[in-house]
Amino acid sequence: MAMNGRAKKKDIPEGLWLKCPGCEEMVYRKRVEENFHVCPECQYHFKVGARQRIALLADADSFEEYLLNLMSPDPLEFVDRKSYVERLADAQRQTNLYDAAVVGRAYIKGRPVILGVLDPNFIMGSMGSVVGEKITVAAEKATELGVPLVICSASGGARMMEGILSLAQMSKTSAAVARLARAGGLFISVMTNPTTAGVAASFASLGDIIIAEPRAMIGFTGPRVIYQTMKQELPEGFQTAEFMMEHGFVDRIVARSNLRSEIAALIDYFGK
Amino acid sequence: MARLYLEFEKPFTKLEEQIRELEEKQRRDGIDASAEIRDIRKSLIVMVRKQYAALSPWEIVQIARHPDRPQTVDYIEAFVKDFKEIRGDRLFRDDRAVVCGLGMIAGERVMIVGHRKGHDTREKVECFFGCAHPEGYRKAMRCMRLAEKFNLPVVAFIDTQGAYPGIGAEERGIAEAIAVNLREMSILRTPIVGAIIGEGASGGYLGIGVADRLLMLEYAYCSVITPEGCAAILWRTAEKAPQAAEALKLTAPDLKAFGVIDDIVPEPLGAAHRNPREMAVTLERRIGRYLRELKQIPVEDLLAQRYAKLRRVGVTIEAASGSSAGSA
Repeated sequence: MAMNGRAKKKDIPEGLWLKCPGCEEMVYRKRVEENFHVCPECQYHFKVGARQRIALLADADSFEEYLLNLMSPDPLEFVDRKSYVERLADAQRQTNLYDAAVVGRAYIKGRPVILGVLDPNFIMGSMGSVVGEKITVAAEKATELGVPLVICSASGGARMMEGILSLAQMSKTSAAVARLARAGGLFISVMTNPTTAGVAASFASLGDIIIAEPRAMIGFTGPRVIYQTMKQELPEGFQTAEFMMEHGFVDRIVARSNLRSEIAALIDYFGK
Repeated sequence: MARLYLEFEKPFTKLEEQIRELEEKQRRDGIDASAEIRDIRKSLIVMVRKQYAALSPWEIVQIARHPDRPQTVDYIEAFVKDFKEIRGDRLFRDDRAVVCGLGMIAGERVMIVGHRKGHDTREKVECFFGCAHPEGYRKAMRCMRLAEKFNLPVVAFIDTQGAYPGIGAEERGIAEAIAVNLREMSILRTPIVGAIIGEGASGGYLGIGVADRLLMLEYAYCSVITPEGCAAILWRTAEKAPQAAEALKLTAPDLKAFGVIDDIVPEPLGAAHRNPREMAVTLERRIGRYLRELKQIPVEDLLAQRYAKLRRVGVTIEAASGSSAGSA
């Protein structure tokens, strides 16, 4: 097994070269990695795991993680075609994480922040009890310490295998963000590919500032379900970051290479 | 109009038919069949009880969706006095999938927000089968803010399969609309009583579903996604919905055990659609009780309790220290 879940896809050869999903060109893996995991040809933003994301955003060695060992005990004993226990074990092996969120204290260009990131490779970055708890603790720490909260979302939404408990994380995280807002705290929400469903419909849409990475998929209902309901072609670029900015739900689209300095500048503007 | 019988209700129909015939005979021929009727009624009750005690989650979903099951507007008609509907989000339009308004419940002035599914085809189409657009959630929020301003408690009736899956809903920010409601309802400075009366599915339910006291009718269901939606994704076919309903743990006792709801409201024998009047009386009393109870709580305590309640839902454990996720 390669270092992450992406390598499973059969059209991407392992090793030195990657096929870019954006331009379908073969690109040199090392060049992509050195370029913030962005395609040097077409600027396609590859999905990045939680640890990589933190490395890209936080000052070197500044990250101190909270709730490191938190995991799901499979409260519903959920089994579909595969058991949730197996899905968790596979995801843990592939990502070297216990669940889809990593949160902690960090510095971004010298500014203290509480940083939370979701890992799109861990059961699609879906939010169950662990992700909900970690995001909530992150918002509470930001409130308590009076430092900005920065969350990079990458999620398919609520995690069905935890049933209603995962849905309840939407109200829980939103309530925590409400208290941060009431205390005058700054919350910068970064929507990366994808930010959809239960995560889009909770904390990710509640940033004081909402930044999106170029071409990230952002929306509530999946395009297939919408197509089946409406029986009508979806507009060009539907549910992309650009589409959401045009419709007024994203403040800024920022290339990954500029994200660190952009966040630092915003923190300075708000005097936080 | 012929009544719709669910598969597991069919054994009842014969006995009910017999009772009707005997009553008719009594009237027509002036004979006394009351003893016989009483006996059949007794066995009917035993049969219904037995059947309903052994319902599968998927059967409960069918009851929750029964076409004759009372909906928000039926409860408003049944026990909300002097209902004054409030329309529109003052931004885009009036979403008929959400009904809002002022009224009196059990002697208390309240603001009502609820999903509206519709009974006949025209009404169902008009209100998108109870699937709200962003403007529906924004209308509800506007009314809840109004309630907060004038110290009226909010009563939410929940009955939806989810928010409307459409292009317009996405263009107008359905995710943002729901998220804002979650945030604002968590800090709304007035009591909120919620009642899941039929279907409580997905973010579409949650968008008006944050409450100080969340009630759930005995045969309602509440889930992260409809069983069909879950089955389509995880089993790759909606036909596995019965299995998904089982796996999702979506019945009232499950929800109570998870700490998501506070109280299960018992339904009449054979569920709400068999006796809507009795259901309405029970629900009105229960809502009234919680309204009076919440009124006694100072608002700061109310908000602290609400947060604590939202905060503690979820189940996590600590992995054994020293083990790494990779070797888990």
